[in-house]
Amino acid sequence: MNLAWVLVLPLLGGLVLTLVGHRRIAPTVNVAFALATFLATLALAHDVARHGPFTLAHDWFFIDPFNVFLVALTAFVGFTTAVFSRPYMRIEEDHGRVASARLRMYHGSYQIFLAMMLLALTTNNMGILWVAMEGATLATVLLVSLYRTPASLEAAWKYFILCGVGIAQALFGTILLYFAAERVLGEGGTALLWTHLDAVKAQLEPVVLQLAFIFLLVGYGTKVGLVPLHSWLPDAHAEGPTPVSAVLSGLLLNVALYAVVRGKVLVDGALHSDLAGNLMMGFGVASVVFAALLLRRQLDVKRMFAYSSIEHMGLITFAFGMGGITASFAGLLHMTMHSLTKSAIFFAVGHATQKAGTQVMDDIRGLIRSNPTIGWGLLLGTVAILGVPPFGVFASEFLIITTAMHDHPWATPFLITGLGIAFAAIFGRVQPMVFGKAELPYLPHQPALLPVFLHLALVFVLGLYIPDFLANWYRQAARLLGA
Amino acid sequence: MTLPLPLQLTNLLAAILLLIAFALLSQRRIIGLITLFAWQGLALALSTTLVALHTKQPHLLASAGLTLVLKVGLLPWIFFRLVRRLDIERDVEPIINIPTTMLIGIVLVIFAFNLAQPISALAGTVTRSNLGIAMAVVLLSFLMMISRRQAIAQVIGFLAMENGLFFAATSATYGMPLVVELGIALDVLVGVFVLVIFFFQIRETFESLDLRHLERLKEH
Repeated sequence: MNLAWVLVLPLLGGLVLTLVGHRRIAPTVNVAFALATFLATLALAHDVARHGPFTLAHDWFFIDPFNVFLVALTAFVGFTTAVFSRPYMRIEEDHGRVASARLRMYHGSYQIFLAMMLLALTTNNMGILWVAMEGATLATVLLVSLYRTPASLEAAWKYFILCGVGIAQALFGTILLYFAAERVLGEGGTALLWTHLDAVKAQLEPVVLQLAFIFLLVGYGTKVGLVPLHSWLPDAHAEGPTPVSAVLSGLLLNVALYAVVRGKVLVDGALHSDLAGNLMMGFGVASVVFAALLLRRQLDVKRMFAYSSIEHMGLITFAFGMGGITASFAGLLHMTMHSLTKSAIFFAVGHATQKAGTQVMDDIRGLIRSNPTIGWGLLLGTVAILGVPPFGVFASEFLIITTAMHDHPWATPFLITGLGIAFAAIFGRVQPMVFGKAELPYLPHQPALLPVFLHLALVFVLGLYIPDFLANWYRQAARLLGA
Repeated sequence: MTLPLPLQLTNLLAAILLLIAFALLSQRRIIGLITLFAWQGLALALSTTLVALHTKQPHLLASAGLTLVLKVGLLPWIFFRLVRRLDIERDVEPIINIPTTMLIGIVLVIFAFNLAQPISALAGTVTRSNLGIAMAVVLLSFLMMISRRQAIAQVIGFLAMENGLFFAATSATYGMPLVVELGIALDVLVGVFVLVIFFFQIRETFESLDLRHLERLKEH
């Protein structure tokens, strides 16, 4: 029942907002639907905490601690982003960057996007997972091109074509998975159900599964933004509206990685080797290093933080690739911390660029004087994402790196160098933005900074202390991912 | 050993699919591309029907019908209208010249057959020998996507690639579960609608659908 609410509410929201999304009240309706969805996911999480993993509707849906934690995180960030987007889009409208008629498409697509991500996370069927991932992309393509500038059209086209080709490979991986499963489970709809596959994974044909995983990793990996498949990501993040950057970085990348990890569990079972993990570690380390190097050269603040997302997704992919309870625990923790922190940063950056009227970092100066709350939000967010203690990102990065030192020492120099370069580059760029001497006149407006500080407060508290229920939750999820 | 007639016909249709993939690679005119895409859809629908009848898989009939409606009827119709509305019937020059493209295509076909070999060796379907052709169609369509700068040509390449994947699914496993196929068809349909809106946006901004206008965002 609770699951039905989780899926139906955003779909209903999408329908309602497609009809009335241009009205003055639409942003509030958007927030209301996102809040209702978030509350429904809490009820669902409560069910799992009480009864453990369960399947629903003849095994069509499957809820376990791993996906329910992502469901709750997705709905939470979806809600706070809706809160942020309310004043943000109103100001964009006042500045004439977007016509009010287009906001209808914006609000409708936003809810459909949330619905598709929640479906991708809760479905038990690997084929439906693919369909929902593609649906989530389609819902955001037009959002990336919302401003209709040449650059935003180009970014959206690149996003569509590259993710389309990527996800076509994931479809081939899914076909191969079905091919292997069908020989064990028999024909029909049940052969793609993850719980059924998980039960018989040791009997699946290793050669086919190996090939299937490579296609799944490359396919969904394009969406995760793993180097060298990342080139759509900085463009889409930089050119789209800021709330879209926040949900792309904070949520969509996680959901794509979730699909890879589900595939990895099956392949590990069939292969009894570290192939899947090694591939993920390789892509992960490459992403951390290359993203850090490219990040150094960025002039546009949203592009810079987009590269930082690639770096962090690389780190998380590496953690899941290592496998084992500690590494998976660290990966899950880092996923949470990155989602919360990165969306908070994009909120602060969104207001800063709106105020300065530009995304070029050299032209944004002295935020701390012109608007102290935005300045502090950006500074604290940056400090948090760079892994400075006591913020939660420190805890998860520390855990990932110490595990790597123990299990895969070859990777640690690369990871530490990458994180070091990123630290120097981002901090060096953000510091003058916050403390420098303001030269440009800033546009006056009232930002919504509650989401920024709410996220940062959560990251701060979780850095000092992880409540027992949450730690248990992660531990159970990590155990599901295999030892 | 001679194959039963329906399977011989399926093999013939598989060969036709591959030929059409090559024809798409060499075709310069957009109208020609759309027509070829419709023919490819028809060949796919026919071969799916034959496999369905021969192996008594009723759900494959449904997916054949879906292919017929979507890829032979609706999508080509939308594209023809779009071409007329946007007035883009001119020839398009591929980035790599056509003879070179064809040679790369032949190499891809050999590669595809090698890639498909271990899988078709394991497959228990009567159509398993077509898996190599399906892979070849996927790779050729991919080549077509990267060798064209025209937005519609890239989209047709993308849809042709999807045809190849669909054919792979029919050859290796008698198709995916019906719910998944319906979902994929829905995604394709929504995707094309998104693209149509998109074409009008590009057209409005650049007054052309040539993707050379879309090469400004570079790595810094």
